[in-house]
Amino acid sequence: MKVLVAVKRVIDYNVKIRVKADHSDVDLTNVKMAMNPFCEIAVEEAVRLKEKGVATEVVAVTVGPKAAQEQLRTALALGADRAIHIETDERAESLAVAKLLAKVVEEEQPGLVVLGKQAIDTDNNQTGQMLAALTGLPQGTFASEVAVDGEKVHVTREIDGGLQTIALTLPAIVTTDLRLNEPRYAKLPDIMKAKKKPLDVKTPADYGVEVASKVSLLKVESPAERKGGVKVASVDELIDKLKNEAKVL
Amino acid sequence: MSILVLADLHEGQLAGATAHVIAAAQQIGGDIDVLVAGEGVQAAAEAAAKLDGVSKVRVADNAVYAHQLAEPMGALLVELAGDYTHVLASASTTGKNVLPRLAALKDVSQLSDVIAVDSADTFKRPIYAGNAIATVKSDDVLKVITVRSTGFDAVGEGNSAPVEAVDVVVENSQSSFVKEELAASDRPELGGAKVVISGGRGMGNGENFKLLDGIADKLGAAIGASRAAVDAGFVPNDMQVGQTGKIVAPDLYIAVGISGAIQHLAGMKDSKVIVAINKDDEAPIFQVADYGLVGDLFEILPELESKL
Repeated sequence: MKVLVAVKRVIDYNVKIRVKADHSDVDLTNVKMAMNPFCEIAVEEAVRLKEKGVATEVVAVTVGPKAAQEQLRTALALGADRAIHIETDERAESLAVAKLLAKVVEEEQPGLVVLGKQAIDTDNNQTGQMLAALTGLPQGTFASEVAVDGEKVHVTREIDGGLQTIALTLPAIVTTDLRLNEPRYAKLPDIMKAKKKPLDVKTPADYGVEVASKVSLLKVESPAERKGGVKVASVDELIDKLKNEAKVL
Repeated sequence: MSILVLADLHEGQLAGATAHVIAAAQQIGGDIDVLVAGEGVQAAAEAAAKLDGVSKVRVADNAVYAHQLAEPMGALLVELAGDYTHVLASASTTGKNVLPRLAALKDVSQLSDVIAVDSADTFKRPIYAGNAIATVKSDDVLKVITVRSTGFDAVGEGNSAPVEAVDVVVENSQSSFVKEELAASDRPELGGAKVVISGGRGMGNGENFKLLDGIADKLGAAIGASRAAVDAGFVPNDMQVGQTGKIVAPDLYIAVGISGAIQHLAGMKDSKVIVAINKDDEAPIFQVADYGLVGDLFEILPELESKL
């Protein structure tokens, strides 16, 4: 079974973001970029499926600017066999990415597609579900456990208040939640080897997909700044303030 | 304008989030229908009919919609969406699971986690884990939106809207329900708790997290942790509050032994009142805390528990 895994290049999760002075967007100039944390979990899951002998090949794919090839090389270093880069400098929204991934699914015919549940930049949490709808495949979102069992995959999902397990026919789409696994770090020899693994470069036009969206970003602002409050001297003073001033007890 | 709100259910009952989504729909304006879909959901439909602002409740009560699996729910919404200009759901795990399927099948974008309505086509939503707020305008013919319930006050319950059955039945041979394990703990779920108490690396080890139990019991609080505490192996990952964990906005957030890394602040800074307990009086957490207490948490926690 072939596994397709989608990754996204985003701002590193440890970086404090800055809004541009003209409020047009977040300023990404000279900011450290990395693979989206949920995508790291997706790559790890795909690689583990290969190590278990369930997957025969792991193909990594990304939609983004030329620099996003760094994240594909990371996926290759972590154990993906080859990569597809759909290069665009346009702001590709979830729907456009899902349409492009649907074309890749049609071409590659994977048994399983694994994606992060959301990217930590736009926080949309949409692409996997949209891909499932467009390809007509079932979805197991927010997965904390994935077990492939013959013609089916059992996915345990993190839902509000607990866990839900569902069974899906294959092929299927899975999106990852935090508890699914702990991603490994790439070792230096693997990083060297990854440079020689195949990486195909395509464009949205190759797939006949229009990237432009009908949603426009009018303004980006910093949220209301939170001001530090007061230091209290004792537990008694703290309880008094919470009861009588903040009125939360 | 006409709006369809997908009702959120919890164990077959109407979930509280729905009343918040209807409040968002009122700000958009127009007729508001509520769709209650599931199996054995008549009681939930009657509860929805009581909510102020609802024009009518549409009930799809059929085994195929049991547990609100994404594939049949998406197909049902596609059947019904033609009558509406907006489809809204709460940004719960159900809304997030189902609504993008509707959007994709209607070839429109979705706006996720909306926290404010500027007009019928312009909305505010948090990006970068709430570290920036984007104002976005949708020119799509159908607006598909998930609503963050903390952004809107719930509507009241003085209504008696008509309830009508929806006879659309879809096929589903692709997905099936196996089991559900809902947290049996008396503690509330982290994402919806009114009070959250979290421990960080300063807790020292996993055993010491028990010091939070008694306080959590007295306050009816959920217990969380910083990523540092999770990475150090003190507690499991599902307790993580932060950009890569759960985003919480309780009435009261108590951070114990947490220095206040950016990625943690991103997950809790929308809390109404923040208390920080830390031995380092220079810790960045004090810059966002309403009340800070500098000292040894191993002395402070037992005292706090006994005096609450």
